[in-house]
Amino acid sequence: MAIARPGSYYLSEGYAARLRARYAAEQRFKAYGIAAVAAAAVMLVVLLGTIVGQGYTAFWQTQIRLEIHFDPAEIDPQGTRDRSVLATANTMKLVRDSLAAQFPDITERAERRALYDIMSSGAPFQLTRMLLDDPSLIGTTRSVWLTASDDVDQFIKGYISRDVPESARRVSDLQIRAVDALASRNAVEKQFNTVLFTGGDSREPELAGIGGAIVGSFLTLLVTLALSVPIGVAAAIYLEEFAPKNRWTDLIEVNINNLAAVPSIVFGLLGLAVFLSVFGMPRSAPVVGGLVLALMTLPTIIIASRAALKAVPPSIREAALGVGASRLQAVLHHVLPLAMPGILTGTIIGMAQALGETAPLLMIGMVAFIVDIPGGFTDSATVLPVQIFMWADSPERAFLERTSAAIMILLGFLIAMNAVAVLLRKKFERRW
Amino acid sequence: MSIQTRTHVKAAEATNPQAAAAPAAKMVARDVKVFYGAKQALKGINIDILENKVLALIGPSGCGKSTFLRCLNRMNDTIDNCRVEGLISLDGEDVYGRRIDAVQLRARVGMVFQKPNPFPKSIYDNIVYGPRIHGLASHRDEMDEIVETSLKRAGLWNEVKDRLREPGTGLSGGQQQRLCIARAIAVSPEVILMDEPCSALDPIATAHIEELIDELRENYTIVIVTHNMQQAARVSQKTAFFHLGDMVECDDTEEIFTNPRDERTQGYITGRYG
Ligand SMILES: Nc1ncnc2c1ncn2[C@@H]1O[C@H](COP(=O)(O)OP(=O)(O)O)[C@@H](O)[C@H]1O
Ligand SMILES: [Mg+2]
Repeated sequence: MAIARPGSYYLSEGYAARLRARYAAEQRFKAYGIAAVAAAAVMLVVLLGTIVGQGYTAFWQTQIRLEIHFDPAEIDPQGTRDRSVLATANTMKLVRDSLAAQFPDITERAERRALYDIMSSGAPFQLTRMLLDDPSLIGTTRSVWLTASDDVDQFIKGYISRDVPESARRVSDLQIRAVDALASRNAVEKQFNTVLFTGGDSREPELAGIGGAIVGSFLTLLVTLALSVPIGVAAAIYLEEFAPKNRWTDLIEVNINNLAAVPSIVFGLLGLAVFLSVFGMPRSAPVVGGLVLALMTLPTIIIASRAALKAVPPSIREAALGVGASRLQAVLHHVLPLAMPGILTGTIIGMAQALGETAPLLMIGMVAFIVDIPGGFTDSATVLPVQIFMWADSPERAFLERTSAAIMILLGFLIAMNAVAVLLRKKFERRW
Repeated sequence: MSIQTRTHVKAAEATNPQAAAAPAAKMVARDVKVFYGAKQALKGINIDILENKVLALIGPSGCGKSTFLRCLNRMNDTIDNCRVEGLISLDGEDVYGRRIDAVQLRARVGMVFQKPNPFPKSIYDNIVYGPRIHGLASHRDEMDEIVETSLKRAGLWNEVKDRLREPGTGLSGGQQQRLCIARAIAVSPEVILMDEPCSALDPIATAHIEELIDELRENYTIVIVTHNMQQAARVSQKTAFFHLGDMVECDDTEEIFTNPRDERTQGYITGRYG
């Protein structure tokens, strides 16, 4: 282009067209960006909406009020009030007697059994627990809220329609009649589902809880934390502050970065091959899960810690060395405290990853069906995501909502952990 | 450091008839060469740093002033590929020798950096950090005393005495630099090295520091790197001119500024280059 008279080019029609094209390009780019964000937001809303929509009902559980006569002749005919006698008392009969008394017209054996099935198989244990807590109940008659079976629960929540033929639904006409009759006496109620939080796993959905999985996750993460933080931070400090920069440290650095990208199931295989087969550590135990997850989390923590250490300006190190601090003192007294928020953020994100991890734990047997809440690091245990995985596999309708509820709880933990990480970063963010 | 260079120095001193009459040299540099990897930054520097005098190092950027300064308290040790040859002694003791520990040396030869770099802690903690790690003070009142005298010597006491618990990073640039000087003083050094201590400061803060340097001379030996000719003329008694890794000349400041022997020096101080 020939050089035009100064200024005239920018006033020409040709330049105006360029300008319009540039504005259009910017508008288009903005539109793409908004579309991308909107698509992501819609997917997130759909995902969360489905989970919450399916799962929120699991936080309530149908309970049925029964008049229970704590019959001394059934519970403790000898009158010893011995705990072992009370613990083995036939409380199931108390529940059944109460139901039978309310529905005297149901007499046929099969019908009776169907009637009894509206109560959870855990209901008698609730009575046993009451008796053990308070033996003076014996001889009295109380109205007690007891857990309904999962089918009745799903029926009350509206997931089972009365309009489909009897053969196609899991509650019979007789059971519906009984529940309706109880409901008309205000003896059916949805109450907050504490078992969901405190219980261990169970074959019966209404008795199943994630308490055991939460304890298992907690114990596992404790092991992970105790191993990966000291090792990771020490490795990061050494590599960042002390190690000479040569081919070996370059190699180590590349390998750490690669390790962060290794699929987590590989760590599970490693755990299986090394911790279980070679060292003979217990299967399904939080200690092994913690070890495996620590291996998986280490690269994350090392990388985050190194970045945090690198972000501390060299002038701080020089200041410390200048007054005669040793390199270790300079690092421990000045650099490390300043890098701590970054290290903590990395640690929390690493822990959140570990909390959500399933695959490597399947390899070391943490997928077992475990009813008891683990009491220690070597007890058999499962963890939250694996529990979700197992529930998702169960056929009962009631497990579907519990799966979603457990996902909500897991997401809650993850969001809380990430929020803490963000807060820490915000609070300690520093400008030099 | 070879034995040979040491004996060479002794021999040089012995053969120098004026050695006894001249003022005592606190630090001595003989044939100091510094390499960053394969690159040579200093090509054999010989300087005597006299006790209770201010030595100014001047010269164009990249000529090795900072490198030389950082040899004096072995700050170069922290740079991976840096290699130092030749002899540097403090009170006749080889600072790279086995009998001196780098950490201890840095307490005896303090340093103030170009950019004020207080710790992101309180003013009080900035000052007591050094004394604490060296065990100079253990009790509260000893610490208080060190804080007060150091800040007074650094001319900062009156400005900060009511806010010792506030962060040192909240002070103005000039105050921060004086805090850094106070922090260096707090560990009772014998020599204070200053690398362009005023280059990040405004003229008033600079004047403040210059005054301070003049007062500090009474108790400390000072080496200052500066790009400001007037500053070198005002604060120093001796001036050394560096050029491309060489020390071109080192003499009384007056002599350098009024009657430089080398034309490179003359060119630099009259502003022809640099
Ligand atoms: N850490 C380092 N690594 C490599 N070269 C360096 C390093 N520090 C300084 N140098 C080089 O050494 C020479 C002298 O630098 P320096 O002492 O900082 O000069 P001055 O302080 O006089 O401006 C320069 O050429 C510089 O590039
Ligand atoms: Mg410099």
